[in-house]
Amino acid sequence: MKTDIVLCGVGGQGILSIATVIGQAATRAGLALKQSEVHGMSQRGGDVQSHLRLSDERLWSDLIPEGGADLIISMEPMEALRYLPYLSPSGRIITASAPFVNIPAYPDAQDLSSQLKACGAIVIDIDALARETGSPRSANMVLLGAASAYIGLLDAETLRSAVAEVFARKGEAVVASNVKAFDLGISQL
Amino acid sequence: MKQLLLGDEAIALAAINSGLSGVYAYPGTPSTEITEYIQAHAPELHSRWCTNEKTSMEAALGMSYAGKRALVCMKHVGMNVCADAFVNSAITGVKGGLVVVAADDPSMHSSQNEQDSRFYGKFAMVPVFEPSNQQEAYDMTVKAFDYSEETGLPVLLRVVTRLAHSRAAVETGERRARNEFAPAEGNGWVLLPGIARRRYAELLSKQPALIEDSRLESAVELPPAPAAETKRLPGVIACGIAYNYVKESGIPCRILKINRYPIPEEPVKALAASCSRILVAEDGQPVAETDVRSFLGAGYKVEGRLTGLLPRTGELTPDNVSAALKALSHSRVEAEDRKAVPAIVAPRPPQLCPGCGHRDVFAALNKVVADFPGARIFGDIGCYTLGALPPFSALASCVDMGASITMAKGAADAGLYPAIAVIGDSTFTHSGMTGLLDAVNDHSDITVIISDNLTTAMTGGQDSAGTSKYEAICLGLGVAPEHLHVVVPLPANIPEIEALIRQEIAYHGVSVIIPRRECMQVIKRHNKK
Repeated sequence: MKTDIVLCGVGGQGILSIATVIGQAATRAGLALKQSEVHGMSQRGGDVQSHLRLSDERLWSDLIPEGGADLIISMEPMEALRYLPYLSPSGRIITASAPFVNIPAYPDAQDLSSQLKACGAIVIDIDALARETGSPRSANMVLLGAASAYIGLLDAETLRSAVAEVFARKGEAVVASNVKAFDLGISQL
Repeated sequence: MKQLLLGDEAIALAAINSGLSGVYAYPGTPSTEITEYIQAHAPELHSRWCTNEKTSMEAALGMSYAGKRALVCMKHVGMNVCADAFVNSAITGVKGGLVVVAADDPSMHSSQNEQDSRFYGKFAMVPVFEPSNQQEAYDMTVKAFDYSEETGLPVLLRVVTRLAHSRAAVETGERRARNEFAPAEGNGWVLLPGIARRRYAELLSKQPALIEDSRLESAVELPPAPAAETKRLPGVIACGIAYNYVKESGIPCRILKINRYPIPEEPVKALAASCSRILVAEDGQPVAETDVRSFLGAGYKVEGRLTGLLPRTGELTPDNVSAALKALSHSRVEAEDRKAVPAIVAPRPPQLCPGCGHRDVFAALNKVVADFPGARIFGDIGCYTLGALPPFSALASCVDMGASITMAKGAADAGLYPAIAVIGDSTFTHSGMTGLLDAVNDHSDITVIISDNLTTAMTGGQDSAGTSKYEAICLGLGVAPEHLHVVVPLPANIPEIEALIRQEIAYHGVSVIIPRRECMQVIKRHNKK
């Protein structure tokens, strides 16, 4: 069994932290993992993506083939649509609702919303939920919580432990707010 | 023990565990994380950033001369900068193991070209290792250090972005002791013509053994299928990570996996004899494909990037490799129900960070240039290259490290006025200083802006070699003190900077203006700590 995930957003939104948590959980669960990241130029406010592959068998390619992704997890609504060619016919999109507008040609909110609806995307106001935890920077963990039900190979408990492990070096308060954010995300579904 | 590591980190850890004494490097995507990992995990080893790839390569060669193991890391275009030292290191040979990592960037994710470093290996006639996954990156780095000492040659380890920047679990080994201090003896390293001719002959005489070792490392892989069916299977020569895409496709074929160069002729011919056509799948330029064609002659059908079965440019993907394999095996290609990117999705190019000092520099420059239709701003390599994009659209060129100053000089020599160069602090010490000396000696009519953000920002905020030395360097190179200015690039200071640029454009000689303010990303990182 295999789960292929495209993680995406805008440089600086914290998609690599989501990848790190899933990677930690997969390692704990003894799964094979490949995670391709983007570094360098594209991090400066441009679109960023990471291909994350989990499997209980050997994985070959670091990249997901087109039409192969089970899940698109996006920190930004327009960015979720950029990777549609990767989505498998049975794949799901889970995206943050808040647009990150740093380009003049950003699409109209109505058009964006109807396109996402047409794809059956799950759209969540992660920023509002993160504010409830008292830590707006944990918005990415809200999104991971919301997506956790669709990461077939990992259960919520394994992911929650991984959240705690990944943030452990930043202190108890940061761990607590990120775990809380993760749980709030789960409760959205 | 298994660890989740980037390809770059696997190389770094393998080097540490191979008894490394020092890493020498200049930051460059996608190679930067190798040196950063060593800095973080083995602080007792030499790992301070170098000024450029040439100083890196030469220092590593010196360490090898002294009998110690050394590592040099760079992005592919860094090979151009260190080429003189690299090519001659094959002729001097090495004492302590010397591994040179070139991280190529097919598709130009963060680069100006997609040159293939395997050409440099061939050119210098040194062994090239090319891992296909993170585990091989670890294992082959360990092997490369031993092989370097066995053959007395530097080993070029070639990776591409998708391996350098992808993570997977890696089984790692024990740490070996560092080599004893034992400098080389004799005159073999003195490349005077008489000695160089002898040493070059020795290098040539090593080639058959290198090819034989490549042959021993290669093996043809057959899919589990009845013998009658395997006869009809196409052959694939899969280099480096191309192998993964071939396996991912699940399409049955005979695979000759290549991880070492020079490519051995014999297994290529054996593969060719067992099938009627061959696809060469390699990331980068058609290096292996050209060799395979020369081995097999014009009569044999070899497909690849040169025939268009794989795209001539850009990186390999599971999709383009699978499409090539389907075409090769004449299997029916079913129309796939692929979703398209909706038309409303707009491009989102990278841009200068909010609050970045480079923004204020370009704002001031654009105000001045608006009054001089003949003006051109020659750019350089770094974050500020983004000044070429809207809203600034300020740059006339971006070619290579340091070219802003020398191109401005050449254009000024040809009569272009005002000729302005914009270069970052780290790029200036990398390759801009010599050009500035040329300009000073020629009394060129140029205005140089050294936009100093006190770091090497584009690659993630590494130390910049010249920090706190820029005024002294410029004065030392002969820039007149009255034409050297330091300003603080802030929106409030734009009028002052604008006036200063106008003043220095009016001076018909070399002027240097240094706008200096710390990178926003580095400030953010300081605040987090």
